[in-house]
Formats: sequence, structure tokens, C-alpha cells
Amino acid sequence: MYNETTHDGEGAHSDHDHHGPAKGLMRWVTTTNHKDIGTLYLWLSFTMLLYGGSMAMVIRLELFQPGLQWVEPHFFNQMTTMHGLVMVFGAIMPAFVGLANWLIPMMIGAPDMALPRMNNWSFWILPFAFTMLASTTLMESGAPAFGWTFYAPLSTTFAPDSTDFFIFAVHLMGISSVMGAINVIATILNMRAPGMTLMKMPLFVWTWLITAYLLIAVMPVLAGAVTMMLTDRHFGTSFFDAAGGGDPVMFQHIFWFFGHPEVYIMILPAFGVISAIIPTFARKPLFGYSSMVYATASIAILSFMVWAHHMFTTGMPVAGELYFMYATILISVPTGVKVFNWVTTMWKGSMTFETPMLWALGFIVMFTIGGLSGLMLGVAPVDTQYHDTYFVVAHFHYVLVTGALYSIIAAFYYWVPKWTGHMYDERLGKIHFWWSTIAVNVLFFPQHFLGLAGMPRRIPDYSLQFAEFNMISSIGGFAFGLAQVFFLYIVIKTIKGGEKATDRVWEGATGLEFEHLSSPPPYHSFNEAPPVK
Amino acid sequence: MSSTTSNEDYYVPHGTYWPIIGSIGLSLTVIGTANFLHGTWSATPIFVGLAIIIFMMYGWFGTVVTESLAGMYNKQVDMSFRWGMGWFIFSEVMFFAAFFGALFYARAYSVPWLDGASNNDATAQYLWPDFEAAWPLLSVPLADKFSEAKHAMGAWGLPAINTLILLTSGLTVTLAHWALKRRDNVWLVYWLFATVALGFGFVFLQAYEYSHAYQDLNLRLDSGIYGSTFYMLTGFHGFHVTMGATMLLVIMIRAAKGHFTPENHFAFEAVAWYWHFVDVVWLGLFIFVYWL
Ligand code: HEM
Ligand SMILES: [Cu+2]
Repeated sequence: MYNETTHDGEGAHSDHDHHGPAKGLMRWVTTTNHKDIGTLYLWLSFTMLLYGGSMAMVIRLELFQPGLQWVEPHFFNQMTTMHGLVMVFGAIMPAFVGLANWLIPMMIGAPDMALPRMNNWSFWILPFAFTMLASTTLMESGAPAFGWTFYAPLSTTFAPDSTDFFIFAVHLMGISSVMGAINVIATILNMRAPGMTLMKMPLFVWTWLITAYLLIAVMPVLAGAVTMMLTDRHFGTSFFDAAGGGDPVMFQHIFWFFGHPEVYIMILPAFGVISAIIPTFARKPLFGYSSMVYATASIAILSFMVWAHHMFTTGMPVAGELYFMYATILISVPTGVKVFNWVTTMWKGSMTFETPMLWALGFIVMFTIGGLSGLMLGVAPVDTQYHDTYFVVAHFHYVLVTGALYSIIAAFYYWVPKWTGHMYDERLGKIHFWWSTIAVNVLFFPQHFLGLAGMPRRIPDYSLQFAEFNMISSIGGFAFGLAQVFFLYIVIKTIKGGEKATDRVWEGATGLEFEHLSSPPPYHSFNEAPPVK
Repeated sequence: MSSTTSNEDYYVPHGTYWPIIGSIGLSLTVIGTANFLHGTWSATPIFVGLAIIIFMMYGWFGTVVTESLAGMYNKQVDMSFRWGMGWFIFSEVMFFAAFFGALFYARAYSVPWLDGASNNDATAQYLWPDFEAAWPLLSVPLADKFSEAKHAMGAWGLPAINTLILLTSGLTVTLAHWALKRRDNVWLVYWLFATVALGFGFVFLQAYEYSHAYQDLNLRLDSGIYGSTFYMLTGFHGFHVTMGATMLLVIMIRAAKGHFTPENHFAFEAVAWYWHFVDVVWLGLFIFVYWL
């Protein structure tokens, strides 16, 4: 059964070239191949996108009109909670790990990830973790209903029994993420082809290196936070209980010490994707490569020092408010550098607008809108008004949906011809883009107005003056949801067949994966390290 | 920068069953624990889960040892393991950082604030008028909900001895490394044995200290924030010492079988790194939990 123990030293590598994938279902369970594992991650992510999306549909359905229409308030809270958790931990993060698996070895000329068995485990923890998390919805107490930020005491004193399954699911996701990140770092630092110096690495590789560092630094802190929740709930500790000398606000500090770097974990690889796509379709090298690297690194460092901008209304001392305000605004400098460099890359380029480029451009415009609303939120005195309103919801959906998710979809269209050897259907891809982009703005843009007018987030009912914008937003929501089902069709169609892709795929594409590998690449690529110019 | 550098020597294992076994074990353990806490299941599933995890680790590491002895790992594979172990230890450091953070936050902010410091006059006056901030915190704001400790744990008894024990074990593991490097297998095993003995000795004394804390000091996990931080920090540390000492024991057995050479002994070094990490965390504990 354990075929690795039956190898002898010689056989293990001499049969490499001839070794294709194993047959049958067990191939996917036992695989150590970075391409297989990348595929598994991407499918998990898509499944979670549709699962989390269906909960978003419940939310938008309830909010379609004022009054309680479809679901109980308690169930509504379960939906917002599970939606957030599933999207963050199930859809966005695994998608980027999937892209890392597929792309990093091919981009740096490595035969595989550095620690292939551990790579398998990083993935195969996740289906168990998400099954556990999803199963809470069926439990007697219902799913957790305290929001994806699980603030104490809602998540400790007043939480349902199912919270313990949530806690352990988070532990498992943490183990998976840390192992995945360790693998990425070991691969990048140790597996580059000769000549691939650090400053020659594609930006996707750079951004993932820094993301992996962030993951290893903060996922254990999240594990610590849920562990304290567990002991507060069952073993009488009082970390988050003022009656014993602790403080519920302490939970928020620990959570956001994880949480703010976490939002950069979800956006830095996106920056890498955009930095690959824009030069290809502008047919110009990326403007300011090294400043991109330094900007990424500064964002990562700063991201550890701004967490309490999520806590301006918790009664922090004024000195704290001021410090966290200035530090937060400072982050927009390196972020601005990036946007500037992308725009400058396109300046006087010979641009074409194939589907990946459309998604990348959509990213630049709409992510910037999200960044600007972030700046508004970062100003402590005005955040007192915006906090916990729909304005915050609009902000983070612009950065996460039209930011992170758009980059993932862009990456799919850009690299899927390389992965499968088939071009996607260009006409359908463009329809997907325009449909999604119109819908997503109808969905989220009005939420800015709702928030500024004072509509609170995480509420199943609202006052009458918010009715029109909510209805508009819901219509956009249904349309956006449907667009992603259409995306599923495009994905399957592309895998099944399509025009044959060339090895370079795009006229302007550069990088080892386009210059040295066939489309699709062999199951084991780069058994010989490629020459790096 | 030759154009024909071969990656063939980098060992990429083919299919493996260990991860899925590990996932099943982990899931059973945590689902069992949650159900046990709710009183719906007995403790048996937890133990079955743990047994599966131990089986998985035994098998997985066993496979790696076999491959290593068969010479399937080149220098580059060795380097991947080094990066892997180093970053794993960093992740552990951050896990402890969360609990140290809680300790510092409680000492610097939450406890003084409950007594009215900073802008919290009203909180103290209306909610907890009798509460007085102190560290170690023995009297908590709401005494009936918790089991208040009678005394704090002093630093200069057992904890100081334990500090000496761990520091000495850091020395003995280095002496073992030196023995290894001069191909002195006998002293390698002796020094490792000393390290393992010191490690388990530490755990034993720590257990003794806990029983003293519970019985004589009434310092318990539910004694308020002092007890919470005390037990969670020392508890997780003690768990790590136990793991580290067990790993050292395995390394000792492997050393006795002659598995290590001066050129090729990363397993030894990885465990030694881990041991030093455990050691350094203890120094932090000794200073901030027991002493200051
Ligand atoms: C220019 C950069 C950014 C600034 C200045 C900024 C600032 C802020 C502030 C101040 C808040 C707290 C608002 C409140 O609760 O009152 C917030 C919330 C949030 N931000 Fe950003 N942000 C930025 C970029 C991002 C990015 C890139 C992401 C993710 C990709 C992101 C994700 C989030 C999320 C998820 C929340 C809401 C968390 C919650 O309460 O549920 N932000 N942002
Ligand atoms: Cu933030």
C-alpha cells in the first residue's frame, strides 16, 4: 500500500520521466505532484465560492425588502457568519495556494514543491476542516452566529455549542496554511533554477514569498486566539472575561493582530497576478520592478502595526487612536506605488484587451475604489460614524471581490491555456467579465450610500429609507451570483476542449512557464533546470 | 550557470497515504474532543484519533528515515528540510507570542483599567468599586465566579531549579553535537541520554509544581487572569518540552543504531534547534510569569 517504502534509492528518480499520474480516484488522494495539488486547491476554492455564494444569496434575499421576509434573524446571523468564514478561509485563501502550487515551481524552474508529501497534507486537511465547519449548520444549536470576526463574549459566553467545531476547524485550517506557507518559502528559497536570482523572480513569486511569511507569522496567533476561546468556554479561564481580570477587547486585539495581516495575505498574491498580466497585454516590461518588491515588503511590515484601526470605537486611549490612524494612512503609500506602476506599465503600451486583461483592468480600477474607502475608514474621527455600517461592507467587498477574487479569475483566464492546453472561449470570457463587473457595482456601490446614511451591518431588517438601495443591491447580487455559475460552465468547457493553445499562449507573455514548457506542461516539468537569462 | 543542470537528483516522492491518515486522525481527535466536552461522546474517539496520529507520525517519519539512510536525499533536499524546520519553529514562536501578548495586555492594560486607570474611572467606580489592581492578581473583580488563589507562585524555588535544569540540558545537547562531529558515538548517546533525562525531569518537577499550586496555593486554571495566563503558558511550554524530550529520545535510539555521521545528521540538528527554542521560551516564562 505504501508505495514510497518500496522504492529503492535508484528507482526513485530514474523513472521520473516516464512517470505519469497514477490511475483512478486514489491519484488525487495520494498525489505529491504540485500540479495535481494545485488543481485540488482550485476546485476546493470554487466549491467554497459557490457554497459561500449561496449563503450570500440568502442574505440578499432577506434584505431585498425591509421587514422579515424569508429567514429568522438568528438564521440570518448564521448566514453572514458562515458566508464570511467560507469566503475568506475557503474561497480566497485556497485559490491563491492553488495558484502558488501550479505556478511557483514552473516560474522558478523547479521540479516540484520542496516538500511534496507535506504539500499533500496541507491540502487534505482542508476538506475535513470545511466539512466540520459546514456541518455546524445542521447542528441543534445552529451554526455560529457571531460574525466572521467572532468577537468575545458572543463567541465565548453566549455562543452555541457548535462553536467548538468552528474552533477546531480554525485550528485545522491554521495547520494547513502554515504547512502550505512553509512549503512555499522552502520552494522559493531553495529550488530556483541556477541564474534565477531573487531579483529576477516574477512578482507573483515575490508576493507569495512575503505572503507565506505573513501566514507563518499570524496563523499561529489566530490558533492562540481560538484556543483561548476554547478554554474560556470550557475550562474556566478568563482571558476575555472582565470578571476575572481579562478583557473582551483583548480578543479584538489578538484577532486583528491576525486579521489585518490576513487581509494582505488575501491581496499580495493578487498584486503578483496583476503584475504578470498587465505587462503581457501592454507588451511592455513591468514598470518599476524593484520598487514593486520593496513596496510589497513594506506593506507586509506595516501590516503588523495597524491592526487597531478596526477598533477605533472600542474606547482606546487617544494616543492609540492617533498612532493607529497615522500608521494606517501610511500603508496607502506603498499601495499607491503599486497602482502607479501598473498604470505606468500601460502608458504608451500596445494594449490589447483579451479576457485576462479585462479582469486585471477591472481589478486596478475597483481595487483602488476599495483602497480609497479604506483611507476614509482609516481616519479615526470619521470612522466613529462609518464603523459597523454598510460602508465597511462596501469597502471590504471592493478590495476582496473586485480585488482578490477578480485577480483569481484573471489568473484563471491567463494561465488556464497553459494548464490545460486549451484556449477558453474568448466570447464567453468577455461576457463573463462585463456581466460580473456591471453586477458587482450594482451590488456593492449603493452600499456606500447605505452606510453613510447609517444602515448597520449584520442586521436582517432595516428602516424604510434604506429600501431602494437595498433592492438595487440585491438585484446586483443575484446577477453576480448567476455570473459565477456561468463561470463554472466556462471552466468545465475549457477543460473539456477548445482551441489548441500555443506554448507561449499570449504574444507578449514572458517567464519560464511560457518560454520553456509546452501547453499543457508535462506531469513532471523541469527535470532539467531551464536556462535563465 | 550551465543550461543542463539536472533536477533529477531532487527526490520527489510519488504517492503517499500518510497525509490522509493524518487528516483522519486529526479530525477524529478534534470531533471527539468537541463531543466529549458536550458530554455526547465518551473519551474513546479522542484516544483512537490520537493513536491514528501517532501511527501516522511513526510511519511517515519511518519512511523518511529509511529514505535518508538509503541516500536518496541530496544536499538540496537537506536544505529544504532545514528551511522547513526553521520556519516551523518560527510559527511556534508566534503561537507562544499570542499567549505572551495576552499576559502583557492583562498586566499593562486590562487589570489596571478595571481599577480605573487611563480613561476608565466610571468603569471602576460603578462596576467594580472594591477591585484593586495588582500583579500577580489574586482577588478578581467578581470573586464568586472564580476560585481565587491564596498565594502566587514564587520564582526562586522549583522554577529556578527548573531553569537550571533546562539550561543544563541546552549544554548537554551541544556536547552531544560535538561528540557527533568528532564521530564519538558513545558520548553522543551518553549526552543525549543526559538531555532526555533532564527534559523528563523538568516535566516531572513541573507536574509536582502544579499539584502544589492546586493543593496548597489554590492557584487554578479558573483563578482569574493570573491563573489563566500561568497555566496556559506553562502548560503549552510543558507540552512542548514533553514533545521535545520524546523527539530527543527517538534521536538517541537512532544515534545508538549509528544513523548519524558528522556530514549527515539533520534530524539531530532539527531536534536540537527545537530544544533550544523550548529553552528560550522557558527563559521568557521564568522572567515574566514567575519572577517580575
Ligand atoms: C489602503 C488600504 C486600506 C485601508 C486604509 C483600510 C482600512 C480599513 C479600516 C480602517 C477598516 C475598519 C473599518 C471599520 O470597521 O470601521 C477596514 C475594514 C476592512 N478591510 Fe480595509 N483597508 C485597506 C485595504 C484593505 C484590503 C487590501 C483588504 C483586503 C483585501 C481589506 C479588507 C478589509 C476587511 C475585510 C475589513 C472589514 C473587517 C470586518 O470588520 O469584518 N482592506 N479597512
Ligand atoms: Cu485592517
